[in-house]
Amino acid sequence: MHADRFLPHAALQGLYEALAERGYAVIAPRVKDGAIFYEESRHPDSLPWGIRLEQDAGASRAVQDTHTQCFAWANGPQALKPLTFAPRETLWRIKRTAVGFAVEAIEHAARPLAVIGTRACDLAALSIQDRHFLGGPYPDPGYAARREDMLLIAVNCTHPASTCFCASTGYGPAAEAGFDLALTELEGGFVARAGSARGEELLAALTLENATPEQAEAAAASVRHAAESQTRAIPGTQLRDALMARLDHPRWREVAERCLACGNCTLVCPTCFCHAEVELPELDGSGSLHAREWDSCFGERHAYIHGKQLRPEISQRYRQWLTHKLATWHEQFGRSGCVGCGRCIAWCPVGIDITEEATALLK
Amino acid sequence: MQRPRIAVHKFASCDGCQLAFLNAGAALLTLAQRVDIVHFAEAGWLDPLAEVDIAFVEGSISTPHDIERIRAVRASANYLVTLGACATAGGLQALRNGIRESANWVADLYASPQYIESLPESRPISAHVKVDLEIWGCPVTTEQVLGATANLLNGVAPVNPGEPVCVECKRRGHACVVVTQNAPCMGPVTRTGCGALCPGVGRACYGCFGPAELPNAASMAKHFEQSGLSKREVARRFLFITSAAQPFADIGRHYQDE
Repeated sequence: MHADRFLPHAALQGLYEALAERGYAVIAPRVKDGAIFYEESRHPDSLPWGIRLEQDAGASRAVQDTHTQCFAWANGPQALKPLTFAPRETLWRIKRTAVGFAVEAIEHAARPLAVIGTRACDLAALSIQDRHFLGGPYPDPGYAARREDMLLIAVNCTHPASTCFCASTGYGPAAEAGFDLALTELEGGFVARAGSARGEELLAALTLENATPEQAEAAAASVRHAAESQTRAIPGTQLRDALMARLDHPRWREVAERCLACGNCTLVCPTCFCHAEVELPELDGSGSLHAREWDSCFGERHAYIHGKQLRPEISQRYRQWLTHKLATWHEQFGRSGCVGCGRCIAWCPVGIDITEEATALLK
Repeated sequence: MQRPRIAVHKFASCDGCQLAFLNAGAALLTLAQRVDIVHFAEAGWLDPLAEVDIAFVEGSISTPHDIERIRAVRASANYLVTLGACATAGGLQALRNGIRESANWVADLYASPQYIESLPESRPISAHVKVDLEIWGCPVTTEQVLGATANLLNGVAPVNPGEPVCVECKRRGHACVVVTQNAPCMGPVTRTGCGALCPGVGRACYGCFGPAELPNAASMAKHFEQSGLSKREVARRFLFITSAAQPFADIGRHYQDE
């Protein structure tokens, strides 16, 4: 195993250039419209330098501070999910022929992406999405093309938001696996560790000093502090039996009085993978596009089966979401579907808190 | 084979929804090759009583004459599609519904009020005749109208998504204006179709496309109030472009009367 290196902030530009030379488009966080988004970037100047994130249930504000770090915040509404599970994508094309119709495949050409700033929660979620889209006998070709050459540069979380609870799910704040490089930010730069041969090759090319024992300890301490400072927690990671025994709990109706059924929790959730398929016929009758788009279990299409809406009430839709995420997910994936990123809390317009609801349901 | 015949009718409205056809560009030429457009006053074709396969109807019913006309349109059409907030929910002009003094406004506004013959309420097309498909919007988009038309021409029942604006807003990667700005956005309770236009430029949704499939208007209103809006301001969020559509009508009037 190679020693940890120290990547000074001033060497970030070199990292961007090394990634570009290796054919990667760099995706990095930036502040846009008051939130942090992951977008293509050519220069580390666009990173959220000095940004602090004030986040609570139903509220998120990116605030310019005087500090000199670029990862002193937890997460934005999205990270990896839109890059791999496309919000909208054509799956195949139908062409009318003299005798009927022909199905044409869609070419899924994807550029290799290097994502800088992936959080531990998002890596954990990615492993679920990988299993959903790539596991089994019929891997999804579009997802596979986008995922295949993706290079992941994790940044361990040192500034969790008040909405974060990854310490209680066990999926953060430190990235444990699934990355090419993992960085921990200190004043002046990062302690960098390779997680793959690609990552080690990158670090070697950047000709960095080894991290000092003091730097390594400071990095470990700030990640420990990030875990200890979290104020929210999910009440247990094995909630299947407890929740499935409470399908008639009065709390479902209480939360439905507030729940807008808008689907935001599911759309920002990095593990939610539900989608709808739509047929888009050409006006000239020559054929049709078959497309897939993000959908939500809070929407009308999700439980509409052959003329019957199976979940006509908000309480039923909320229950479906929460019991799938925290209970029946175990049967499907052998683990909970919640990584503890807290997005569903922050990005719920009315601030419904999954940790609070789960706790209330267990009573 | 005879080509399908379509008509575009106008009632009480601003004419904006018909522009979904006229602004379609090259697709309008494609449409003209697939169908015979037999009545479309805004584009120049006049034959209002012609038998058609699909009648598109813009505007609300607001005069006794409108009632006669919409019955004739229905009788001559195999399939009737309403276009937009006026035809589908009574429109902006339905704000006068239920206001007793509205009858006096005619005398105040018009020099010769004896020529004005308005019904007491502006009502949607479905209040008077059977409607086969309602397309919401203010205005409706070319994608909605030609998408529905393409489905019908292919013999398929058009899908009419009732999902909230939020779903499309998130697909497009916009920052939520409720969460980042505390803005009084109607997106969570409003039907999609606009492409999350207003949140995409950092503005709160006005609710132009009417109520979503399962709108929790009571929770939305309460949230607006908790965010700092007065009861009157909350009422105005709901009593706007689709003020006569439920549950916006009830929740809006509840807050207005308080």
